[in-house]
Amino acid sequence: MLAAILAAGLAVGATYALIGITYNLMFSASRVMSFTAGQLGMAGGVLGALFIARLGLPVIPGFILALAGCALIGVVTEYVAVRPVLKALDQHLYVLSTLGLALMIQQFTAIEWSTEPQPFPRLLGLSTTGPWDEKFWLPILACAVAVGGLEYLYRHTLIGRAFLAIAEDNFAARALGLPERNLRIASFALAGVVGGLAGFASGELLLAFFANGAMLNFLGFVPVALGGLGNNRGAVIGGLALGLFQQAANFIVGGVFASVAVFTVFILVLLLRPQGLFGAPVARRV
Amino acid sequence: MTRVVPYLALFGAALLLPLFSNDYWAVIGARAAVYWILVGGLNLVVGFGGQLAIGYVALLTLGAYTASVMVARYDLNPFLSYGAAGVVGAIAGVIVGLPALRLRTFYFAMTTLGFATIVTQVALAWQSVTGGGIGLSGPALPAPFDSQWGFYLLAVALAALVTRLSANVAHSRFGRSLVAIRDAEVAAEAVGIAKPRLLATVFLFSGACAGVAGGLFATLQSYITPEAFSFDLSVTFFIAILVGGRGSILGPLIGNIILTLLPEFAAPLVAWSTFLYAALLLAIVLAMPGGIAALLDFRNRRPLPANRSIVPQPLRIAGHGTARGAIELKNVVLAFGGVRAIDGLDMTIRPGEVHGLIGPNGSGKTTTLNVISGYYAPQQGEAFLGTTPLPHGAPQARAALGIARTFQTPRLIGEASVLDNVMIGATIEGRASFLESVLCLPRHRADEKRLKARAMDALATVGLDALADVRADRLQHSELRFMEIARGLILNPAFILLDEPAAGLSGEEIKRLGELIKAMAQQGIGVLLVEHHADLIFDICDRVTVLNLGRELAAGTPADIRAHKEVVSAYLGA
Repeated sequence: MLAAILAAGLAVGATYALIGITYNLMFSASRVMSFTAGQLGMAGGVLGALFIARLGLPVIPGFILALAGCALIGVVTEYVAVRPVLKALDQHLYVLSTLGLALMIQQFTAIEWSTEPQPFPRLLGLSTTGPWDEKFWLPILACAVAVGGLEYLYRHTLIGRAFLAIAEDNFAARALGLPERNLRIASFALAGVVGGLAGFASGELLLAFFANGAMLNFLGFVPVALGGLGNNRGAVIGGLALGLFQQAANFIVGGVFASVAVFTVFILVLLLRPQGLFGAPVARRV
Repeated sequence: MTRVVPYLALFGAALLLPLFSNDYWAVIGARAAVYWILVGGLNLVVGFGGQLAIGYVALLTLGAYTASVMVARYDLNPFLSYGAAGVVGAIAGVIVGLPALRLRTFYFAMTTLGFATIVTQVALAWQSVTGGGIGLSGPALPAPFDSQWGFYLLAVALAALVTRLSANVAHSRFGRSLVAIRDAEVAAEAVGIAKPRLLATVFLFSGACAGVAGGLFATLQSYITPEAFSFDLSVTFFIAILVGGRGSILGPLIGNIILTLLPEFAAPLVAWSTFLYAALLLAIVLAMPGGIAALLDFRNRRPLPANRSIVPQPLRIAGHGTARGAIELKNVVLAFGGVRAIDGLDMTIRPGEVHGLIGPNGSGKTTTLNVISGYYAPQQGEAFLGTTPLPHGAPQARAALGIARTFQTPRLIGEASVLDNVMIGATIEGRASFLESVLCLPRHRADEKRLKARAMDALATVGLDALADVRADRLQHSELRFMEIARGLILNPAFILLDEPAAGLSGEEIKRLGELIKAMAQQGIGVLLVEHHADLIFDICDRVTVLNLGRELAAGTPADIRAHKEVVSAYLGA
């Protein structure tokens, strides 16, 4: 049972962590928390099932197309729901605009895809079962690859450093001549890829289901709240901890009370440390 | 009076509906009315308070199950079961709402969303009480409310009641405070609005509305399962308010009716209705943030007179009755990281004097002002009023001590009228409790009358009485500065702290401002004037302190300062 909890907990935890990173990527580029983060995860699963199971493409092209589709959703988010409201960031219109877009994505999927969970194809078809099944280690692998890739991007490439500069101080970065708008679009595309990867890699676990969007929106936000806004390492630790906690509670006290427990912990952490467990408080302006 | 005409028309039409339509429309109409009972309360939270509570379907669910369980399992009278639903809704409303005190916007929205998910899951799992996925029947009403039209009329009557009650709140100091918290939280603190208490009260009220709406919803559905309370419903409530427009009651009422009726007129679109609502939300946010209310706001589309001027009539100022001595800073130190913004400052601001505070940018002028008004706590030293220390980090306690202030950039409530913006200044002087305001009892009406008269006085004093009914965001910059002074004066303050009031004013306006400030001092008000206009300072100040790098460079009468060598070379120039 312990192995089952560990496998399932780390797998869903890695998925939540990836959605948390999706939130962070969009936030660092624009100071916007977007409700589309969870929908990107949902879209990764649905597009994967669409291309591979329904249209019969091989796994690799299907994977690439699914991620490309999610990157496109990321870019559309930037154009439609983020850029128009950036000027009035203090009015928090972005909460409403991204909520509107996220609901549109979710409803469109519900109507055009299915309102029932659809099976996701076996990607590797390995014969392992139990805790070592591919559906458990694929999300963990995806999370490790994403985190490693982002670290490499931020530390060793020019564009990654530009991302960091924008995240650190938008005005100063623009004054240095960085193409802020293009970098923002690139960040949202990257967020789309990471979110799509979360959904694709966890497809066998969570299935291709439109309601995953709302679920991932909330559970993917918890690691961000725990780890501190914009803190990817915090999101990974928070995500894995959340996954393990949720699955352990699932096994021990049952699904509903696990949800209640997760929600209670989330509220308590937020109320006691609104800046997250690893975040630093921000001074307010008078 | 014209204000109530649209409401009378809407509810009059609702009463005529039974005369020329069939039972089907009774159900649709009753649904719109039941939704409005929830949305009308939620409107105070979302539209007025600006709190993004997107998961209010949770309270509808709680209300529906409370009423149904009370009737089905405990045989309670159905009307009493609505009452019980209201009580449960009110308690849950406070629980859902309280995180709003610590969490902002997206975070708060997420907690309400999480709460909505939890409530549905518990309803599904707690089979012994809720019947789980099978559900249970809602409360059935006795005659004459057992017919479709009977229930319809009951729902419409309650909807009308909620409209009235929420309008009473909106037009009270509580409603104005909510809008102030939404649009100008810092200013709200400065005028003494206690956010926790206000929000808790409003969440209580809107939760009760949602609970009662839930009970009625259960009756309307006659049988409830967790599926009836989808998140889509929550979104519909939320969007109805935003489509209607923030800070309005008529707008969301119309929005609620449109969103409830729309699927009935476009049957093929029913499956797409949530998609369309979401698209509508996006379109409203991007293209028309004011919503329906802005479309209906004809009065504020009339152009304002072009070359209007501000002519203060400083005769109407009343001083503060109980002056408690001077404001004294003793050896105040405040550092941000390694920067000592204030470095051992002593200063005394006496009643009836104009005290100028000047110095180069970054010398600590505004920081000093923020220490006095309680936004920053000094790390060493103390600020006193008379002999009592001013409490640290409690800006909302300053208004009660008779200390008012203005801000370097005017903190206005753009969507409220100039009059409302000024009335906010005297929020702490309201006597009526929330309950008295909700029910529009005599004490509430007396409050409104008194505050309105005083606001008009304050506006006349600064010379803006002709613009009292105009939306504040239509005013020119200089008018906003005078409006902020009026917001301070309505308090009859003992002290008023002015942060660069002359910035952006024309020469003529500065002259009038100077006369106004002198008149304030003559009435016994102590004025702290942070300014860069040296002429104004030397013209009207009784005493001047010059700051440099957080320390006092010089202090004394204007004549002393003019003669002070270092000041002249460092700041004034030759």
